[in-house]
Amino acid sequence: MASLVGSRVERKEDKRFLTGKGRYTADINLANQTYAIFVRSPHARASIKKLNIDKALKSSGVVSILTGKEIADDKIGGLIAGWAIRSEDGTEMKCPGNPPLAKDNVNFVGDPVAVVIAESLAEAKEAAEKVQVDYKVLKAVTSTADAMNGDTIHEGIDKNLCFDWLLGDRQKVKEAFDKADKVISIDIINNRLIPNAMEPRACVADYNAASEEITLYTTSQNPHLSRLIMSAFGNVAPEHKLRVVAPDVGGGFGSKINVYNEDIVCSWAAKKINRAIKWVAERSESFLTDIHGRDHVTHAELAVTKDGKFLGFKNETIANLGAYARVFGTVTPTYLFGPCATGVYEIPAAYTNVKAVYTNTAPVDAYRGAGRPEATYTIERLVEKASMELGIDKTELRIKNFPTAFPFKQTLVHTVDSGDYVAGMEKAKQMADYKGFEARRKESEAKGKLRGIGVTSYFEACGIAPSAAVMSLGCGVGLWESAEVRFNPTGQVTVYTGSHSHGQSHQTTFAQIAADELGVPIENIDIVHGDTDKGTFGMGTYGSRSLAVGGIAIVNACKKIVEKGKRVTAKMLEANPEDVEFKDGEFIVSKSNKKKTIGEVAFACYLPGVRDEMKSPLPEGDEPGLKETSFYDPSNFSFPAGTHIAEVEIDPETGHVKLEKYTACDDFGRIINPMVVEGQVHGGLAQGIGQALYENAEYDETGQLMTGSYMDYTMPRADNFPEFNIGYTCTHATTNPLGVKGCGEAGAIAAPPTVMNAVIDALGGQEVTMPATAEKVWKACKNLKKSNAKAA
Amino acid sequence: MGKISLEVNGRKVEKEAPDNTLLSTFLREHLQLTGTHIGCDTSQCGACVVHVDGNSLKSCTALAADVNGSKVKTIEGLETNGKMHPMQEAFKKLHGLQCGFCTPGMVMSAVDLLQKNKKPSDAEIRDWLEGNICRCTGYQNIVAAVKEAATKM
Repeated sequence: MASLVGSRVERKEDKRFLTGKGRYTADINLANQTYAIFVRSPHARASIKKLNIDKALKSSGVVSILTGKEIADDKIGGLIAGWAIRSEDGTEMKCPGNPPLAKDNVNFVGDPVAVVIAESLAEAKEAAEKVQVDYKVLKAVTSTADAMNGDTIHEGIDKNLCFDWLLGDRQKVKEAFDKADKVISIDIINNRLIPNAMEPRACVADYNAASEEITLYTTSQNPHLSRLIMSAFGNVAPEHKLRVVAPDVGGGFGSKINVYNEDIVCSWAAKKINRAIKWVAERSESFLTDIHGRDHVTHAELAVTKDGKFLGFKNETIANLGAYARVFGTVTPTYLFGPCATGVYEIPAAYTNVKAVYTNTAPVDAYRGAGRPEATYTIERLVEKASMELGIDKTELRIKNFPTAFPFKQTLVHTVDSGDYVAGMEKAKQMADYKGFEARRKESEAKGKLRGIGVTSYFEACGIAPSAAVMSLGCGVGLWESAEVRFNPTGQVTVYTGSHSHGQSHQTTFAQIAADELGVPIENIDIVHGDTDKGTFGMGTYGSRSLAVGGIAIVNACKKIVEKGKRVTAKMLEANPEDVEFKDGEFIVSKSNKKKTIGEVAFACYLPGVRDEMKSPLPEGDEPGLKETSFYDPSNFSFPAGTHIAEVEIDPETGHVKLEKYTACDDFGRIINPMVVEGQVHGGLAQGIGQALYENAEYDETGQLMTGSYMDYTMPRADNFPEFNIGYTCTHATTNPLGVKGCGEAGAIAAPPTVMNAVIDALGGQEVTMPATAEKVWKACKNLKKSNAKAA
Repeated sequence: MGKISLEVNGRKVEKEAPDNTLLSTFLREHLQLTGTHIGCDTSQCGACVVHVDGNSLKSCTALAADVNGSKVKTIEGLETNGKMHPMQEAFKKLHGLQCGFCTPGMVMSAVDLLQKNKKPSDAEIRDWLEGNICRCTGYQNIVAAVKEAATKM
């Protein structure tokens, strides 16, 4: 039987999406349901003096109006930060309470203060307009760089500082810098982004008064984790009385990891009113209240010798957490950022210091790449600048500092099991025709255009687990993953995974894995996910963990099935279990022609009775049925890596940046489905290029979001991109049996510095902040003309 | 309230709906045709594109009453006798979709492009799809799928 792993298998999920049969949360309507509208703060920072719902309650169709008071009275808990981070001085991080409905203070525009529940959506909207909130408006803190000097947002949290964290050794770094021939320094801003999954967040909560069960359908990347948080911290219901279903989910990119106010409020309120409640975000609400991403201000320095060896690295960053610390809010700018900030290089001494600050803006949390794009942007912009200042070719300088042997003990935390960074660089250069660039630059110049080339070499720590490591770093849960493989008596297989697919194609790729392991045709394998009533438990999908953690759990559960199958076959065929081999769906007694198919074995496992000639196929000690579970906890993260090269052409008359070529050469380890991996790379690149050239979330000084719609926030469109040129090198991960590493975040990690390095190269080394809009680039072109004129 | 009479996917429908009902809302909430998606509130994203009298239209830009009497085709009506349209087949074959949320609008828009331009260039495809936002695919496989479909239609 040909292996399916490695094949371009068309997706099992596609037909329903292509024919309008997908079932997203907003498509769900329950009998007798009501509609919720949230009343939100129009101010970035204010205290609530008075909240009057009398008029609204009289509005037509209103079922109930609930506020921060009721939710506090019912002791419903707030939203939490999932990772505890300690400051350099040993003190614990400082987190304010984040009630699902604000009672006393609001801290960002969109912070909800009440929910209006009515018979129809129109009536809920109308009544919400009549809720009167008397605010005392306070001075907002909105700037990342200046947050520590602003008014104190949360009582008791001085300087708005959540933590002041250090990773690395300042003294060693100082010594390294003392020895340096040259210090390259850079000041950069990692611009704030809004994830913008195309499906707006939504939830439908139902309550069954007889069974006392709440069912929450919600747009989540991790329904089990949501249930755990809502139960353990939200006090909404015990876990066995709370079912969370994340059906088809229209993209996440990190924004749907969080449990949100609306999930908790609707679940709690459904029980209170004993009716189903539906809430669907309007896009403008998504802009205001989905978590945002990035938003770092960084000063970094690289100490080098004159021949280009890196000696030391310093990284001083202020990270904006927004108004509250959320699930991955505190780990994103620390352990997902600091360890990767030294990049793919041997740097003997390094430190990263992060001051995480609160501001009166939407909470900032994990967005595709989470911390690793910020890290890669820092080091790769710095290395590119070093190449300019040292006059060493940008690819040669990188190669000079790559590790030559694996495992590679990276400067600060990670031991990278496998990779070949030089091979990746050489292949990328060939794919991009790096050698031919100068000729292309001249061609552009002849047309009056400026051409630049930019390079990035990156690695990332993903496959987010292992529990032992993450819990020692402050994670509040273990990040293993589970799988359950269940045979029907007639031989089809259902695989339950704790991962969640919201575009990642698990229904196909996980079935490819199970088909190979079990020798069962892929059409007889169903992958089930997204429902806490089905499957064991799961930590969900983020950090490129689904395959490298969840996929391995499937492999391990399949192996247990095969082990049992061998014992059963041995009993059925009167052989020794040690003599039974399994291949392509058949259990074969070695050196004989005796065999059983896995279907026959599964059937036998469900028929353990004894009657006349029929004997039980079950060996002593084996239970009937054929179902196995695995909880897999890896020994290490996985470490994809690669080199990307971009070429841009700038029209100095308009400042327009045209991305001419984009080459990505990645090492994702073993690839399960090349078609799916290409799609993940393309999508990641689009988001990364979006950050570099188009996207920016901007608040004004009063805390109003200036980019709160698709009219204001530039989403990349089809005509913004060239055809991407992508390729791979492959070194298998040595820390998991499939040899896989993860591919979901690479594009978003590598693309911003690659594109910006190209833009800045075209601009003769002039700094431009992201996004490199026509206005900024045009101004830089003017400066270039002036300095060229001076030089002449 | 007013009576809305349409032919939707070849079937005559008549429903009472408030006068301010958008066509997108009418399809989703009154006809339960939830394949047409709502991704924004400013008519930018294109997830709600359907065909009205043969031409693509963002269904959030029209009141149901505005198109009274028209023939509407949604993603649910694109198959013929249970067989997917060449555009749907091409999206599947070339992985032109991931989460599937923008897909119905993207497919309906692309079908209309090929009605108007039988052999579009890459640039023409990208230009035409400028009104449909996809956050997952980076558009590359969508463009490839439209080109593939053009060879089959």
